Amino acid sequence: MDPLQITAYTTVSAAGDGKEALQSALLEGKGGLQPNDFGHAPLDTWIGRVADLENRPLDEGDRQFECRNNRLALMALQQDGFLTAVESLKSRVDPTRIGLFLGTSTSGILSTEQAYLELRKSGRWPAGYHFKGSHDLFSATHFVRMKLGLKGPAFSISTACSSSAKVFCDAHRFISTGLCDAAIVGGVDTLCLTTLFGFNSLELVSRQPCRPFDQNRDGISIGEAAGFMVLEKNSMTGSGVALLGYGESSDAYHISTPRPDGAGARLAMEQALNRAELTVDEIDYINLHGTATPNNDRAEANSINRLFPSSTPCSSTKGWTGHTLGAAGITESIIACLAIEAGFIPGTLNTQSPDATLGLNIQRSIATEPVTRVLSNSFGFGGSNCSLLFGQTSC
Amino acid sequence: MLSFYLEAPAVAAPGLDGWANAKPVLAEETAYQPAPLPNYVPQILPPTAQRRGSQSTLLAIQAAQESLGTTEIAPTKLASIFTSSIGDPEIVDRLCSALADPQPMVSPTQFHNSVHNAPAGYWSIATDSLESTSSLAAGDASFAAGLLSAAVQCQAESRSLLLVAYDLPFEAPLDATRQLSAPFATSMVVTPSASRQTQLRCTLEINAISAPASRMADAKLEQLRVGNPAARALPLLQQLASPTDEETLTFDYLPDCQLQLKCKPC
Repeated sequence: MDPLQITAYTTVSAAGDGKEALQSALLEGKGGLQPNDFGHAPLDTWIGRVADLENRPLDEGDRQFECRNNRLALMALQQDGFLTAVESLKSRVDPTRIGLFLGTSTSGILSTEQAYLELRKSGRWPAGYHFKGSHDLFSATHFVRMKLGLKGPAFSISTACSSSAKVFCDAHRFISTGLCDAAIVGGVDTLCLTTLFGFNSLELVSRQPCRPFDQNRDGISIGEAAGFMVLEKNSMTGSGVALLGYGESSDAYHISTPRPDGAGARLAMEQALNRAELTVDEIDYINLHGTATPNNDRAEANSINRLFPSSTPCSSTKGWTGHTLGAAGITESIIACLAIEAGFIPGTLNTQSPDATLGLNIQRSIATEPVTRVLSNSFGFGGSNCSLLFGQTSC
Repeated sequence: MLSFYLEAPAVAAPGLDGWANAKPVLAEETAYQPAPLPNYVPQILPPTAQRRGSQSTLLAIQAAQESLGTTEIAPTKLASIFTSSIGDPEIVDRLCSALADPQPMVSPTQFHNSVHNAPAGYWSIATDSLESTSSLAAGDASFAAGLLSAAVQCQAESRSLLLVAYDLPFEAPLDATRQLSAPFATSMVVTPSASRQTQLRCTLEINAISAPASRMADAKLEQLRVGNPAARALPLLQQLASPTDEETLTFDYLPDCQLQLKCKPC
C-alpha cells in the first residue's frame, strides 16, 4: 500500500505531557503509575492518572462538551505544537478533505457515573450534565472537529482496546479512495469506575504495577491517555516516519478472553506485513499489546511465535502509561514513532523475570540502536485485533 | 465518488419485523402499524450468547442473521461494520446504578457486554469468522457514518461487507438525557461488484449541505426515522423494497456536510 507520512503528533498520558516527556520517561525508565486514588471507593490497584485534569475545566464556550475525556483530549491538542501543525495542514489541504477518526472505549461515561451518584443523593441530575457532549461516543470527535476547524468526514471507532489503532486503517482507506487528502487520527480514554470495577470483576486487575510478560504477571494497571497524529499522502515534511501497513481481524472466540492460539492476532500482523510488502526479518521491534494478564500475554506470544523469529526484540510499554484502553493504539503508535526517530527500543518497565515459556525476546531495559521498522499490536475485547506497521521514510 | 452495490436488506423494528413483513409496508402496499418487537433470540448465536447477550446484541444480530440468510457470500468472506449511537442503554443504566453504590460491584458479564463492539464480537463468534469487524458511532448520523465507512472499505479493499445499524431507547432515568422513540436495527451487504442478489447499484458522495434529508412520506414511518439514529436508514430501505428508476437520497451527516446516495435498481 502507499505509505502515509506522519507529519505531526502529540500525546498525554501518566508518563508525561507531550512527546518529549514521554520519550524522557522511556529513556530514563521512569513510569507514571501510582496507587489508585480514583473515585469514592478506590480499589486496591495501581493506575496511570494524568495529574490535575480536575482543575482544567473547558472554556465557558465549550461547556456543552465538559467532561474528563474532553479535558484530556484538549490537553493533548495543546501539546507538541499540534494546533499550529493543524493550522499549517489546513493551509496546504482543504479542510473538507481532512478526515477525523478517533477511538474511545468509554468516552465520557464518568460523567454519567457521577450523575447517578448525584441523582441518588438529591433526586436531580447535576447541573451541567449533558449526555450528548460527554458520555456519547461521538462527543470527543465532535469536540475535536470543532476545536480544529475541520470540515471533512468524521466518526468515532469504539472497539475496546483496539479503538485508536483501527482509526489508522480508516484513515488510509479514506485517503486511498480519494475522499480525503489527509487525516487526523487519535484516541482518548479516561479513568472511570466502569473500567476499574469492570476489569476487577473479571479478575484482570493487578494489585501491583503491571508486569507485562513477567512469569508472575497478574493483571493490568488501568491508565488514561489522549493522542493525535496527522497523516498525509505525499508529504515531504514532518517526522520522517510513515504508516507502512495495517491489519485487522477478529478472534471469533470469546468476548473477554483472547483466542489461545493467537490465530486472529497473527492474521492482523500478516496483513500489516503484506500491505507493507515487508518480511518478518525486516521488523526491528514489536511494541506488544502486552497487557500483563496471564492469558493475553500468552495468546499474543503464541501469535508472534508462529510468525516471527524468536530473536525479534519485543517489549510492552504499559508499565509507563498503564493500559490506556481505547487510547492504547495511538499512545503506542506514538511510542513506535519516537523509537524510530530517536533510535531506541523501549524496555518493559516493572518486569523482573520474563516468562521463558512464552518464548519471546522480551527487552527488559532500553536499547539505544537504530530502529527502522516497528510493528505495534492492539487487541481488544470482542476479539478485535489490529496491527500497525510504522517505518522510516526514505525521503 | 464511491461506487458499490447493495443486497440482502434486513430490518428488525416495531411493525417492521423482518424483511418479508417490512417490504410491503416500505413499498406503501400496506399501511405501517407499529407493534411491539418480539423478544428476539437469534438462532445463529451460540446458546450462552442467546441467554446472556445484551438487548443490543440480540437486536443487531437478529438483523445481521437475516442478511446472512439472503446473501450468497459466506460470512467468513464478509468484513463487517456495526454502527450505533448509544450501544446498549440497559447496560449503561445497570453499570452506573451499581457504581453509585457505596461499595461498587459490577457484573462481569455486564461489563464485557458493555463494550460497543460486543455485537460485532458475538457476530464473529457466531459465524466463526476471523474477518475484520469495526464498531462506529457518530451520534444521530451513525447510520450515515457506517454507510460511508462501509462504502470506503468496499472500494479501497475491493471486498464485501456487512453493514449493521442499531439503536435502542434509554429507559428511566437516562431517557431524560437522550430520547429515542423505538428500537431499530437494519442490516445489508455492500459489495464491490454485482451479484445475483444485487438490488441496487449505488454511488455515494460527501457534499456541502444543499438539500433537506430524504424523508418518509408516511407520518408514522417518518416519526420512526427521526426517533432513532439507525432508522435514518429508512429512505434507503424503501428504495431496496421498491426501487424507482433512479433516485438520489440525502442523509444528514455532520453540521457542514451531508451524504448523497444515488441508487439505481439492478
